[in-house]
Amino acid sequence: MTLACPECEGPVRLAEPVRMSEIAQCADCSSELEVVGLDPVTLELAPEIEEDWGE
Amino acid sequence: MAVLASRVRYEEKRIFAALERRGVAYAHVDTRRLGEELGAGPAGNGGPGYAAALNREISHSRALYASLLFEARGVATVNTSDTITVCGDKLRTSLLLRRAGVPVPRTAVALAPEAGADAAERLGFPVVLKPLAGSWGRLVAAVHDRDQAETVLEHRAALPTPQQHIVYLQELVDKPGRDIRVIVAGDEVVGATYRYSDGWRTNAARGARSAPCPLTPELTGPARAAARAVGGGVLGVDLVEGPGGPLVLEVNHTVEFQGFQDAHGDAVDVADAIVAHLLDAASRDGAAAGARRGEAR
Ligand SMILES: [Zn+2]
Repeated sequence: MTLACPECEGPVRLAEPVRMSEIAQCADCSSELEVVGLDPVTLELAPEIEEDWGE
Repeated sequence: MAVLASRVRYEEKRIFAALERRGVAYAHVDTRRLGEELGAGPAGNGGPGYAAALNREISHSRALYASLLFEARGVATVNTSDTITVCGDKLRTSLLLRRAGVPVPRTAVALAPEAGADAAERLGFPVVLKPLAGSWGRLVAAVHDRDQAETVLEHRAALPTPQQHIVYLQELVDKPGRDIRVIVAGDEVVGATYRYSDGWRTNAARGARSAPCPLTPELTGPARAAARAVGGGVLGVDLVEGPGGPLVLEVNHTVEFQGFQDAHGDAVDVADAIVAHLLDAASRDGAAAGARRGEAR
């Protein structure tokens, strides 16, 4: 499915099945986005990377 | 089963799909919404009576405490809080690897930045300076002489976190532009990839390319031993090819495997191997709890 980027309104494609908390990147503005709702599917800017993130 | 994660990436989607293919009931628990009174039992989206929890939390702190909380409720965790504690600290990891006789690069530590340059000189340049905690190659620096070392250490001394003042040093192994990532799930070696990069850092997070690497005993032996030494679980063991054979660089506890999976295609299914290990841990832990209660099962 394709949604509008909340930052730049560019098209953001999500592979089905879409999952809650899924991370997607906008190809137009490179924003990292998070799926915050499924019904309907809603995107918000994802939280910024923190210092203790990693593998 | 519970899958603990605040970010659902490629890896988590593959894991959900693997659970669904096997018909395993599971819930995704967003660790950002986890809150509970100690001893009050499961509440909120912590959920009731899980047999096991697969910890995929990307934040090290949140991952560690999530495993501790689930373990306190008697839920089997992958990985355990003990394994996460060790893997989140390069010195703890090195000490356990050495004790287990796992081949590692020469390593030194200084407990204050002022002692770092001497320690580096004794180890012999070039050396790699790494933060004790941290991933994705953050704040890792290769230094080729004392001047460079002092510049990096000065910067280190100015950082606000006391742990950043502990200096962890390793010889820079002259590698052929690549390192090796081995994924281990329990005692099973899932597979290995070469990771190539133009610089000397080969973290996937820094855009390294992955290609399949054949599994040989000289690779699987140290990888399995390293995984066991840090407490076992689902782990990404990074090795570098030294002159005398592979040396273990580090062990990662919330393994990312997109590049690894792409490199292997259909030959390996990392997510399914992780789920198989999770089911194993759940049944082993269930049996152990039964034995503790004196039940025949
Ligand atoms: Zn955008």
